Amino acid sequence: MSLNAKDKTIIRDFFKKISTRNEEIGNEALSRMLTVYPQTKSYFAHWKDLSPGSEPVKRHGVLIMNGVFDGVSKLDDLIGGLLDLSELHAFMLRIDPVNFKIFTHCILVVMSMILGEEFTPEIHLSVDKFLAQLSLALAERYR
Amino acid sequence: MVEWTESERAIIQDIFSRINYETVGPAALSRCLVVYPWTRRYFGNFGNLYNADAIMTNPKVAAHGTIILHGLDRALKNMDNIKETYAELSVLHSEKLHVDPDNFRLLADCITIVLASQMGKEFTTDMQAAFQKFMSVVVSALGRQYH
Repeated sequence: MSLNAKDKTIIRDFFKKISTRNEEIGNEALSRMLTVYPQTKSYFAHWKDLSPGSEPVKRHGVLIMNGVFDGVSKLDDLIGGLLDLSELHAFMLRIDPVNFKIFTHCILVVMSMILGEEFTPEIHLSVDKFLAQLSLALAERYR
Repeated sequence: MVEWTESERAIIQDIFSRINYETVGPAALSRCLVVYPWTRRYFGNFGNLYNADAIMTNPKVAAHGTIILHGLDRALKNMDNIKETYAELSVLHSEKLHVDPDNFRLLADCITIVLASQMGKEFTTDMQAAFQKFMSVVVSALGRQYH
């Protein structure tokens, strides 16, 4: 399920279009994940405030979305381009990769929410494929 | 036994009272067929499903999408016994239709995303949580009679 030329075009165009909303998307997606999938809170026990829209959540949402946008710029070699980030997740953060799927779903829900009809099935397909490839790249160094 | 809070019950009834079945059903099923193309295997007799445009305008897909969404009504009316409510339907999907139960989860995700699209910011985090809980119970019930 790798990205073909059409996917890459769609991804580049789409993420350029939403580049100004990355803070909004990151915050919403992370807030939702922590509420809808409470088990994910286990990774953030060190935060003072895990409530939706709190400072740590907002800051971290931006961080993650910056990573996603970085992935867009490395579309032709996600695995190679994200090796450092993968090592971080593999050796330091040690997040169970099942959570990448969970967070991907939350990103998709938020995109659908804020873009409505503009988030067409075709765009949804390419973004889902991209985020899946991104997750694979993040998990590359796990074992 | 699934435990529902008063808030969850209210949210779920509210969501379903607002859904336009003829819009959400077709949109969710067609989105599923586009985003997860392997799901097309179950609809060989639906005609042209070769690309997104064909799927989105296919009248059989639209009709079936509405039927599926109305299928949720029974769970809505029997929230404390969804398992029993869908026992027969589960057997049907297993024995007759031979549908891989993971597809129920895929479709449930598409329904959630279409709902989000329809409701925009009104689709709050608590609503998403309650709705996804409801759908996961439905999905589990539908997969329960497989052996």
